[in-house]
Amino acid sequence: MNTVYFDNSATTRVDDEVLKAMLPYFSESYGNASTIYKLGRENRKAIEEAREKVAKILNCDASEIYFTSGGSESDNTAIKGIAYANRKKGNHIITSKIEHPAVLDTCKKLEKEGFEVSYIGVDENGILDIEELKREIRPTTTLISIMFVNNEIGTIQPIEEIGKIAKENNIYFHTDAVQAVGTLRIDVKALNIDALSLSAHKFYGPKGIGALYIRRGIPFDNLINGGHQERSKRAGTENVAGIVGLGKAIEIAYNDLDEHCKKIKELRDYYVEQVEKRIPYIKINGDRERRVPGNSNISFRFIEGEGLLLNLDLKGICASSGSACTSGSLDPSHVLLAIGLPHEIAHGSLRISMGKYNTKEEVDYLIDSLVEIVSRLRDMSPLWEEFIESEENK
Amino acid sequence: MEYTEKVVHHYTNPHNVGKIENASGVGEVGNPVCGDIMKMYIKVENNVIVDVKFKTFGCGAAIATSSISTDMIKGKTIEEALELKNTDVVNELGGLPPVKLHCSVLAEEAIHEAIADYYRKNTKMTEDEIKKKCKLKSKEEHESEACGK
Repeated sequence: MNTVYFDNSATTRVDDEVLKAMLPYFSESYGNASTIYKLGRENRKAIEEAREKVAKILNCDASEIYFTSGGSESDNTAIKGIAYANRKKGNHIITSKIEHPAVLDTCKKLEKEGFEVSYIGVDENGILDIEELKREIRPTTTLISIMFVNNEIGTIQPIEEIGKIAKENNIYFHTDAVQAVGTLRIDVKALNIDALSLSAHKFYGPKGIGALYIRRGIPFDNLINGGHQERSKRAGTENVAGIVGLGKAIEIAYNDLDEHCKKIKELRDYYVEQVEKRIPYIKINGDRERRVPGNSNISFRFIEGEGLLLNLDLKGICASSGSACTSGSLDPSHVLLAIGLPHEIAHGSLRISMGKYNTKEEVDYLIDSLVEIVSRLRDMSPLWEEFIESEENK
Repeated sequence: MEYTEKVVHHYTNPHNVGKIENASGVGEVGNPVCGDIMKMYIKVENNVIVDVKFKTFGCGAAIATSSISTDMIKGKTIEEALELKNTDVVNELGGLPPVKLHCSVLAEEAIHEAIADYYRKNTKMTEDEIKKKCKLKSKEEHESEACGK
């Protein structure tokens, strides 16, 4: 059975060209980039070329880019680093209720250390409540951290507006752009972004490598102490192959951006249209317009997401759900609860995220499979039985 | 911990799915907030459970425990069915991931609730006697254990 992959928000397949660019750095070009001989010097050059590529895409200077192990480390470094280094100025941070755990748990940790954190709510489409954000600003606020794109429902936040507010109030603005880089054009200067996290494996690069942009002059503490790598801001021998892969992946992503977005948007729109046509009692989660092109999040009422995923898996289909059972916790997704979904509808959510390797045939297979599975699980569901009986008695 | 082959079999091809019209007893446990609801229907003749069906809203483990526990009580006397423990269900499935153990508790409770309903409809037993015999939990106990926490 073939694998049919619709979980591109979770991770993506490494592009063949990216892999090709990386391979020499595992074998012949294995030098430590901190050394002075040729084997090391050449790797230093490769790292700096990759840094230039990232900087060019974000419209910043290469010296403002730090390579990290990925999105979580970038988020941790930005938030803890800025919070600690600016503690004399204030101990208040503003974030949202729908952030990735890499941000939420970092903020919770800071709260335990005496920082104060405001968690801003979102509307029913997952768009940040800007008025609430403005109200929460205090003289002690040093940092606002709001994600660019939500990982579950794909909603794009009003980043430009937040950047403006942060600037006016002299507060640093960090954005977790892990789900945005690779599908949206980002100009950190135009958007007044002071810090930005990104991760290579979301745009056909390798896992275990990410980057953090921090605007020059912003004080931030190291997360990892040690050697002088990354201008002494992030210790550890550089992951040269990963960095080269990240550079290549971001270059390809932005060379092909319009074409890529058009393709995945067409597949996503076709999927949503067909589901709406063929499966009753569904709810589309997230904003219909202000969302990234490949993402869809749909709740199938009266059924539970894990059962859905397991049945899809038996057909070789990879997807994800906001159901409690798939999160390893007992609560459904905090994002779906924050947009006001009742628990039972949040439990029945399915995230499908299209990628550049998907085809229309695969989407047709997905839809046919879903029609059959949803119907079978509903026939098994006491909630469905009650609903049908109450409809019949109307 | 992953699901065992037997769990996969039971959530893929669950046995005894459905509803019994004019059932001798019906029991429903769980709640939609937790993402698990089990509803069991039993048909009792001469103190023997001659047929059992279920409907479940829930994860793979909830469906699998419903399926196998209905298999395990079919053809059994009421007293034998009341003896079925959640651990028996787990063992029969070859184990469940720790976070899913509460699904097996739900299966046990659904059976007990269905039998209690049968007693209410067919015997003169008092509610206290039924509660004791079927080891029913109070509403408060259910709530304090909500979502297996």
